Amino acid sequence: MIKEYRTIEEVAGPLMLVKQVEGVKYDELGEIELPDGSVRRCRVLEVNGRNVLVQLFESSAGINLAHSKVRFTGHGVQMPVSPDMLGRVFSGMGEPIDGGAKLIPEKSLDINGTPINPAARYYPSEFIQTGISTIDGLNTLVRGQKLPIFSGSGLPHANLAAQIARQAKVRGSDSKFAVVFAAVGITFEEADFFISDFKKTGAIDRTVLFINLASDPAIERISTPRMALTAAEYLAFECDMHVLVIMTDITNYAEALREVSAARKEVPGRRGYPGYLYTDLATMYERAGRKMGSQGSITMIPILSMPEDDKTHPIPDLTGYITEGQIILSREMYRKGYMPPVDVLPSLSRLKDKGIGEGKTREDHSGVLNQLFSSYARGKDAKELMVVLGEAALTPMDRLYAKFADAFEEKFINQGFYEDRTIEKTLDIGWELLSILPKSEMKRIKPQYVEKYWPKK
Amino acid sequence: MVEGKILKVSGPLVVAEGMREANMFDVVRVGDARLIGEIIEMHGDRASIQVYEETAGIGRGDKVVSTGAPLSVELGPGLLSNIYDGIQRPLEAIRERCGANITKGIDEPALDRSKTWHFVPAHVFGDKVGPGDVYGTVQETEVITHKIMVPPGVCGTIVDLVEGDYRITDRIGKIKRPDGTIEEIMLSQKWPVRVSRPYAQKLPPVEPMITGQRSIDALFPIAKGGTACVPGPFGAGKTVVQHQLAKWSDVDVVIYIGCGERGNEMTDVLREFPELTDPRTGKSLMERTVLIANTSDMPVAAREASIYTGITIAEYYRDMGYNVAVIADSTSRWAEALREMSGRLEEMPGEEGYPAYLTSRLAQFYERAGKVVCLGDDGRIGTLSAIGAVSPQGGDISEPVTQATLRIVKVFWGLDSALAYKRHFPAINWLNSYSLYRDRLSDWFSENVSARWMELTGKCLKILQQEAELNEIVQLVGMDALSGEDRLTLEIARSVREDFLQQFAFDDVDGYTQLDKQYEMLTLVFDFEAKAAAAVAAGADIEEVSNLPVREQIGRFKAVPYADYLAESEKIKQEISRQLDALTEKVEA
Repeated sequence: MIKEYRTIEEVAGPLMLVKQVEGVKYDELGEIELPDGSVRRCRVLEVNGRNVLVQLFESSAGINLAHSKVRFTGHGVQMPVSPDMLGRVFSGMGEPIDGGAKLIPEKSLDINGTPINPAARYYPSEFIQTGISTIDGLNTLVRGQKLPIFSGSGLPHANLAAQIARQAKVRGSDSKFAVVFAAVGITFEEADFFISDFKKTGAIDRTVLFINLASDPAIERISTPRMALTAAEYLAFECDMHVLVIMTDITNYAEALREVSAARKEVPGRRGYPGYLYTDLATMYERAGRKMGSQGSITMIPILSMPEDDKTHPIPDLTGYITEGQIILSREMYRKGYMPPVDVLPSLSRLKDKGIGEGKTREDHSGVLNQLFSSYARGKDAKELMVVLGEAALTPMDRLYAKFADAFEEKFINQGFYEDRTIEKTLDIGWELLSILPKSEMKRIKPQYVEKYWPKK
Repeated sequence: MVEGKILKVSGPLVVAEGMREANMFDVVRVGDARLIGEIIEMHGDRASIQVYEETAGIGRGDKVVSTGAPLSVELGPGLLSNIYDGIQRPLEAIRERCGANITKGIDEPALDRSKTWHFVPAHVFGDKVGPGDVYGTVQETEVITHKIMVPPGVCGTIVDLVEGDYRITDRIGKIKRPDGTIEEIMLSQKWPVRVSRPYAQKLPPVEPMITGQRSIDALFPIAKGGTACVPGPFGAGKTVVQHQLAKWSDVDVVIYIGCGERGNEMTDVLREFPELTDPRTGKSLMERTVLIANTSDMPVAAREASIYTGITIAEYYRDMGYNVAVIADSTSRWAEALREMSGRLEEMPGEEGYPAYLTSRLAQFYERAGKVVCLGDDGRIGTLSAIGAVSPQGGDISEPVTQATLRIVKVFWGLDSALAYKRHFPAINWLNSYSLYRDRLSDWFSENVSARWMELTGKCLKILQQEAELNEIVQLVGMDALSGEDRLTLEIARSVREDFLQQFAFDDVDGYTQLDKQYEMLTLVFDFEAKAAAAVAAGADIEEVSNLPVREQIGRFKAVPYADYLAESEKIKQEISRQLDALTEKVEA
C-alpha cells in the first residue's frame, strides 16, 4: 500500500521539502498530485531523519502546500524500453509525444544505469568512416568512442553532426544500426533541422528522438540525456545494435544542474557549477563503449557550445577530461567559408592509434596524419610571422610551409557538408598536399611509404 | 559488533545514530545491501560515514553494522597481474560473477581463495625471527618471487614451518612469541591503507629510474624512490606519458592507479600489457603490474580510497626489496572526491572549495615514496617511486591541486597544449619543467653512461633556452636580422626538439630508447653543431648548412633498431664530417 503525504513544507525553485515521511529511500522517484488531478514527478535528493528533500522534474507552478499530495514509488526514475522505440519521439521525461500509441514496454530500466566494469570492456578499435577528411584522416572516430563537438554560438555544429549521422559507416559490415538523438534545451528550429534531415535520408525509422526544447522546463533537462542513454544501452547491449548517440547541447544540461545545486546552497566550484560536475558528466559519457557479452556498441557525439568560445570554461574543460578527444569548430574557418569549419590543431581523437593502419585504414595513415599535423602547425606559425613582418622575412622553407598551410585549409578541410570521401581519397589528398614540400621534410613518415605513395608528377 | 540506524542520506554521505561504541575509520556495512562504508566523523552518538558504493535505495532506519576494523588491503601472492577497484575488490572475478556491469554490495575476496601456491621455507624450526624477516618464498609470477615476511610487530621462534602447496587462507606455520603465545602465519596479511608500512631507515635516492623516454631521462630524470608529477590540460598527453612509464620503467613492480579516469584507458592497459614484453625480463609486462581501477563513473568515495589502496600494495612489494613505481592518474580526481565529501560534511572550504587539509593529505601520499632499508635481518633495500598526473582545470597550473603537489614533488613534467597541437610528443615543456634530481644523479650517469652525458644534456637545456630568447627577436625583426651563429643556434635547437626530444610512443623502435642510444643521438646532434659552427665561422651560408642531406639522416636515426645503432651512427658521423668539410672547403676556395 503506497502512502500519500500531505506534508509539503517548502517549495523553493526546483526543490521541495516533505516532512513526516516513513521509509523513503535515497534517489527514489516521487509523484506529486496537484489539487486539479495533474501529476508531477520528483526525485529524492536527501533523506534527513523524517524529512526528505526532493527535486522536481517539472515546474513548481500550481503546487499547493495544503492540498497537494506526494507519494513515493519505491524505485528510482525508470524508462520503459522496447525495440518499438525506434522511429518514435519522446519528451525529455520519456513520454511519447508523437501522438502515437503508448509504448508496450519489454521492461523498465533505471535511468542512472550502473558503471561498466573496466575488466568487461572491449577496447574500441573499429574504424568508422564518416566521409569527413578532418575526422577520418586526422581525428579518426572508432566504434564505442565518445567524441564531443566543441562549438560556439553561430557555428554550424548541427550540420556537422547531421553529416556524421548521415555518412557514418563501418566498412565491410552491414550490422544493425540506430541513432538516438537527445535534444537538450535547444530551439525548435535546431531540433527541426535534425528531424527533417533524418526524414530526408530515411534514417528516421532507425532513430529514437528525445526532445526537450528551450521552452520546456529547464529542470527536465537533467533527466533527458539519461533517458536517451538508457534507450541507447537497451538497443546496444540487449538488441545488439550499433547505436550512435547525439546529444545537443550539454551546456544546457550543465546549467540545469547548476540551478539545482544553487537552490541547495552547495559550495560552488568554478563559475558557480557544482564541485561534482565532473563526476556527474562522467556518469553520462562513460556509458559509451563496447562490452563483453554483447555485439552492440554505443558511440557518442555530445555537442556543447563553449561560452565565448572559451575552451577553459568548466563545461568543455571537464568534458575534454572525460571524453576520448574532441572536435573543435573554428570561427576563423567559418568566416573563411571552409566547411565543416574544424579547428584541426586542437582537435584530437585519443583512440585513433589503434583504429588506423594496415587492415583498418591504410598502412601509411599514421605517418601521413602526423606529418600533416606538424606541417600545418609549422605553416601556421610561418603565416603568423608573415602577417607581422611580410613574406620577405621568411626563409624559403617557411614560405613553402605557408603555402602548404593555405592549400591544406582549402583542399583538405574545406569539403562541404555533402561530400562523402573514402579514407583512401582523404589520404591521397593528404599526399598531394604534402608534395608541396620537399620529400626530405617527410621525417614523420617511414621512408618506404614515402617511396610508395609520393605523388608522381 | 556495533549496530546503528541511519538518520540521513545525502549522496555518498550517510549519518547513522547509535554508533558511540564504533571507532573512527572503522569499516561499516550499510543497509540490507551491505554496502561498504567508512566512518569519517563522530559526533556523540552519530557517525558520518562515507559509502564506497552507490547509495540509491538507502533510507532512514536502515541498519549500519561496524566491522570493528579499519579499511585494509589483503597482501599476499596473487596481487600481480590482477585488476582491482578502489577498495581492492577483484574486477575480473566480479565480472565472472555479476556480468559486465558492477552491481552493489558485492563481497569478493581480493586474493583467489581456491588457488594454491608452492611455498619454500627460508627458515627452519627453532630459528628466531623478527618483523620483516623473510621466512619463505612463493614464485608469484615468472618474474617476481614473492617473499613471505613476518608481519610488523611480530617476533619469536619458529615452531612449525613446512614446505608445500598452500591456499591463501591455509596456515603455513607457527611462531612462538617470547611470552609463550602462538602466532599463526599464513601466506597473506592485512594492512590498513591509511597507515604507511614501517621500514628500518630512509635513504636519499641516488639512482635514476630509467624510463626510455628521452625528454625524461636526458632532461628531467626521476630517481628510484623519487616523486614526480605530470600536470597538463586535456589532450596534452598525460595518459600516454603515464602509460609509457608503466610500460618501460626499469622497476620490478608497477602499480597503476586509474583514479576517476576513463574506463577505456584501463581496458587498454588490461588488454595491451599482457601482449607486451618487458625488455629486461623478456616476459609479459602484466606479470609485474597491478591495476587499480576506479573509473569516473564508479562511486566517488572509493576514488578517495583508491590511491591509498595502491600505495599500500606498493609498499608491500617495496618491503620485499623490490623497486616499485606507483603511477596515479589522476590525483586531481582524488582531490575532487575529497572536495565532494568535504562539501557534504559542510566543512568550511579552502581555496576553490577544496578542503583546508588538501595539502597535508597530498604530502602524506607522496611522502610514502622513497628509498628505504626494509625491516628484516638481511638489510635489503627497496624503493618506491610515486608519479601522479594532475589535471588542472583549464590547464591553469595556479590552481590548488597543482600548487599543493608542486610543493612536495621533486620532478615537474609540465605538459603544454601548444606543443601537443603541433604533435610534438611527449609535450613536456622544456622551459618550465624541472628535476631536482639532476645534480644528485649526475655521478651515476657519468659512471654508467658517459662522462659527457651531463655536459650534453645540459647543452640541450641551454640551447632550448637560447632558442626561446632568439624567437622573441625573430618575432620583432625577422629572421634576416640574425647573425649566422644565431641562425645556427635555432637550427640546432630545432634538431634537439625534432630529432631528439620528439618520440612517438606507438612506434616499436621509437617508443623506448636505451640510455646509450640516447647518448649517441645527442652526440650526433652536437657533432653536427661543432662542425657546422666551424663552417659558418669560415663563411658558409647558413641555408646551405641547414639543408645538408645528412640532416635527414640525423632525423631518421631514432628509427634505427637498437642492434644496428652504433654502426649507423658511425656512418652518419662520417657523413657529417664529409659534407661539412666539403662545404667549408668550397667556401674557402
